[in-house]
Amino acid sequence: MIEVLHPGIYCSIQDQGRFGYAKMGIPQAGYMDTYAAKMANALLKNDEGAALIEITFGQGKFKFTSDTYICITGGDFSPKINEKLIKMQSVYPIKKDSVLSFGKRVNGARVYLSVKGGIQTETVYGSRSYFEGITQKKLGKGAMLPILPIQKDTDNSFSRVRVSEKHFTTIYLPCLKGPEFSKLNNEQQRKLFTSFSISDDNNRVGYRLKESLENNLSSILTSAVLPGTVQLTPSGKCIILMQDCQVTGGYPRILQLSEIAIARVSQKISGDKIQFILEEYS
Amino acid sequence: MKFQLTYKLFGSSAVLVEWPATISKDIIQDIISFERKVKEIDSILDTIIAYNSLLIRYQNPIVNNEIIISQLKTKYEASSYSIKQDQFLWQIPVCYDVSFGIDLEEIACKKKCSVTEIIRLHTEGDYLVYFIGFQPGFLYLGGLHQNLHIPRKSNPRVRVDKGSVGIGGSQTGVYPQDSSGGWNILGKSPLNFFNMKASNPCFAKPGDRIQFVAVDLHTFYQIEIEVANQKFKIKKSLL
Repeated sequence: MIEVLHPGIYCSIQDQGRFGYAKMGIPQAGYMDTYAAKMANALLKNDEGAALIEITFGQGKFKFTSDTYICITGGDFSPKINEKLIKMQSVYPIKKDSVLSFGKRVNGARVYLSVKGGIQTETVYGSRSYFEGITQKKLGKGAMLPILPIQKDTDNSFSRVRVSEKHFTTIYLPCLKGPEFSKLNNEQQRKLFTSFSISDDNNRVGYRLKESLENNLSSILTSAVLPGTVQLTPSGKCIILMQDCQVTGGYPRILQLSEIAIARVSQKISGDKIQFILEEYS
Repeated sequence: MKFQLTYKLFGSSAVLVEWPATISKDIIQDIISFERKVKEIDSILDTIIAYNSLLIRYQNPIVNNEIIISQLKTKYEASSYSIKQDQFLWQIPVCYDVSFGIDLEEIACKKKCSVTEIIRLHTEGDYLVYFIGFQPGFLYLGGLHQNLHIPRKSNPRVRVDKGSVGIGGSQTGVYPQDSSGGWNILGKSPLNFFNMKASNPCFAKPGDRIQFVAVDLHTFYQIEIEVANQKFKIKKSLL
């Protein structure tokens, strides 16, 4: 088991998310930084869909009540095992009663804690990803998360990788045109591809941007939205929808971020700069 | 009935199919029937139905969009078969007591009629379920009586109770969970509109119909207990 000694600002169980249930209004959810989460599972030789813990701002504290292997990826918040600094993107054997904590922020916003075999909480509609009203309650202090015992014959040779700093520092977000992009006039399109900054209103549902576009577009009849959809609100603000977004919305959908762009956004914090880069449909 | 559809790529692995931009029962029935045919394609990840659109998500990035779109067009044009699914009219008990219907008196005042008349208008007809969105189990319903069209509240409430039945603009609906909300509240239903304990968490589906049936406070609490004990069966009839 993993015992949550302290959940920090926010932490949740995440895997690839829920698919096939949007018709009931069930959001996709799932890990925000797909790139980091998949890497953690790959290094531990887990299945790609193994559930891990996503820790926003890395201030959580966790105790392991059995032996396991772990790997930390995503934002670097100086992870420590029993107060001793450990490396990112590296697999560590963990002894029973060890405590994982974090220190100062080096980069990023979301840390992934993956364990050998993945977190074994209840699967609801094909996923363990936390979503209010769908899965069990939020991860709070004292929560016990089941993990698999280590097999005797576990292959304990693991590789480690270095992640380019660019994943955290680049401002560029590759994206494709959204369904209502063509309704924007030339001036709006020009402005859309200048730099924007992330507002304080940013979380797993969406990231609202500070700067405004002049907006003369009318609302659309409520229609599908996806994680990575950029909506233009009546007040001219852009919202980048993220993993916990609803399945439908009524604002014009002007851009659609690529998967890597969503991963980059999920490591941004208030005040960070971003710039959309338009790619062509193949 | 066939419509002129547009097919647009939406991101790297989805196609958005759009019908004419109006809310109509012919359009939604056509979308529902097309969605069932689309589901036969192997590589579909998920679909999202809305008033005049169907988003088709594929498991992998689309490499050749012309092939994918022409496959969809062929499916749509194939009128030789249609996949039918039973559609139901569901009777939804609602208590319109002013302790639940916290905006009833204000609405009656604005509409220059009695509270009884508001309730009569709301329960008189039935409503078509267009699609489910906003929250798990939130039904987008069409068919609100013209005299009940009313702007949303200018200051949305921070908390609206689960089960609250509201009206806003030309829409009506039931909040499936406690949430913030800007609709004018007429009453409360004791039913779960999203129930994780049920084999099918959302009893209604696009294409079904809903009728609101007024019940008194006593009946409301009786039904609430039966719902909690999973004893309550919602009355339904085949359309």
